Amino acid sequence: MRILKLMFKNTLRHKLRTFLTILGIGIAVMAFGFLRTVVTAWYAGVEASAANRLITRNSVSFIFPLPLAYKDKIAKLPGVEKVSYMNWFGGVYIDKTQFFARMAADPETALDVYPEFIVPADQLAAFKNERNACIVGADLAKQYNFKIGDVIPMEGDIYPGKWEFVVRAIYQPRDKTVDGTQMWFHWAYLDERMRQEMPGRAGQVGWYIIRIKDPKDAAKISEEVDNIFQNSRAETKTETEAAFQQGFVAGTGLIISLLNFMAFVIIGIIMLILGNTMIMSARERTKEYAVLKTIGFSGSHLTKLIAGESIIISLLGGGLGIALTYPIVGLFSLVVPKSWFPVFYVEPMTLLLAGSSALLVGIVASLFPIQRSLRTSIVDGLRFVG
Amino acid sequence: MANVMIQVENVSKAYRRDSFEIPVLNNITLNVNEGDFLGLMGPSGSGKTTLLNLIAGIDRPNKGSIHVGGTDIATLNETALAKWRATHVGFIFQFYNLIPVLTAYENVELPLLLTSLSKAERRKHVEFALDVVGLGDRIYHYPKQLSGGQEQRVAIARAIATDPTLLVADEPTGDLDKNSAEEILTLLDRLNKEFKKTIVMVTHDPRAAEKAHTVRHLDKGELT
Repeated sequence: MRILKLMFKNTLRHKLRTFLTILGIGIAVMAFGFLRTVVTAWYAGVEASAANRLITRNSVSFIFPLPLAYKDKIAKLPGVEKVSYMNWFGGVYIDKTQFFARMAADPETALDVYPEFIVPADQLAAFKNERNACIVGADLAKQYNFKIGDVIPMEGDIYPGKWEFVVRAIYQPRDKTVDGTQMWFHWAYLDERMRQEMPGRAGQVGWYIIRIKDPKDAAKISEEVDNIFQNSRAETKTETEAAFQQGFVAGTGLIISLLNFMAFVIIGIIMLILGNTMIMSARERTKEYAVLKTIGFSGSHLTKLIAGESIIISLLGGGLGIALTYPIVGLFSLVVPKSWFPVFYVEPMTLLLAGSSALLVGIVASLFPIQRSLRTSIVDGLRFVG
Repeated sequence: MANVMIQVENVSKAYRRDSFEIPVLNNITLNVNEGDFLGLMGPSGSGKTTLLNLIAGIDRPNKGSIHVGGTDIATLNETALAKWRATHVGFIFQFYNLIPVLTAYENVELPLLLTSLSKAERRKHVEFALDVVGLGDRIYHYPKQLSGGQEQRVAIARAIATDPTLLVADEPTGDLDKNSAEEILTLLDRLNKEFKKTIVMVTHDPRAAEKAHTVRHLDKGELT
């Protein structure tokens, strides 16, 4: 503690160099934080998955439907609490660039399996009571200025034709890990149009959502569900919601791996920036360290002095970077449509990673100068001409 | 009769430079009494500074023994030697070697940070040392705000702050003008006489050597 003052004074000895190093680290940590936030957003669906939810889809592909009749059979299995179902609707709202998730859902059960979507009771009742009613997420409502009673016209693509949905409820995500940009409407509304216009597609659901009593039974129940429909016209594949979501992002794995790799390359860059500064500083102070050793300072004192300075700079840079990450992520959220990254925020884990990386970099960057100062004899140090 | 404070016995020292071994000191034997003021003179490369470094415990002999105040310093490990230096030796360098980012006060306080003294006690020691060297009014000045002579006086204050028994000075007037050099020599003389410090001083300057009680000459690594 007594050498703390010297540590701080050393840090400020070359103010411009220290400032530029802190700024460099800050920008690098900000880039790290931002990339990690993008990666996290990519996996948000996986992360937000509930352990007690299973998804049953057609075993051939997600795009092939399953009969509605499967619902009751699944519901009878021991350990199953609730079964709901959905269809991916697709459609075009305004133009093709306006993307958000639009799904036909069962209004009676959908919110039972997705309790993280919070809907006021009166709005829920209104949603259930009107055939072409829809429920939209609060973030989506904010993005398009949807209000209760508004009509959302849509051009169908998977389900052709002109569609109109009346906003009757706006759900609030339970927390920031929950997607607030979805739109659900009555599955029955979709089905009755299909009965009239494309009877072959009636009575079909995209996937089932199964709420189970005990997450530990997930594997067993999944197997039981799939066994029921084995050798049927539409065999099923049941898996946990996390595994199901993982399947969506798996195709982009290489890009995500590259982003992750870049994030860690940035840590290497920070290390080089700080390492360079620390090596220069320690080299310039070779004689001073020799003087300190002469008057009785030990190797451990010098280690603390050099490592302390390095850690001060790295933590200041890390702090700056973390502080800058928030406005950058905020700016990105403003520029990029919310529905692209429905869950986009700086995770505490990202902060922890950024902070601990900065600390680690501070320690590692000081190792070489410490080793050098310890290995230089007093006599050689006193003779040193920088 | 005064006690012997420094006993250098049959000490040899050579440095390795690449594949060459350069002998610097050959079989040196030297005694310095307590309270003595020894001047070491000799041409460049004669081994004066090396002998001083060995006596002060900042270098180790290849052969022979060095006892200072009864301690065989050649046998101490690095940590013990660092502690020993902090307690028993004050260093005065030719180029002062003050830490530029610390004030005169903080520079003098440096060796005291290694002791168990409280902040108030350290302040007392620092103020006393700076008063002794006549810089009580410059305690918050940084080295760059002081003249060369004043910087050397701060360095002397730093050397005496822990009240060591031995002061080693390597060309303490080598970088100073005549008047400043005279002030420094007077100060060293005072430290020797008034504060009973044993001083070993390396110098080229015959006027500096005049202040010493004993002058020994080194030539090609041997005492003459």
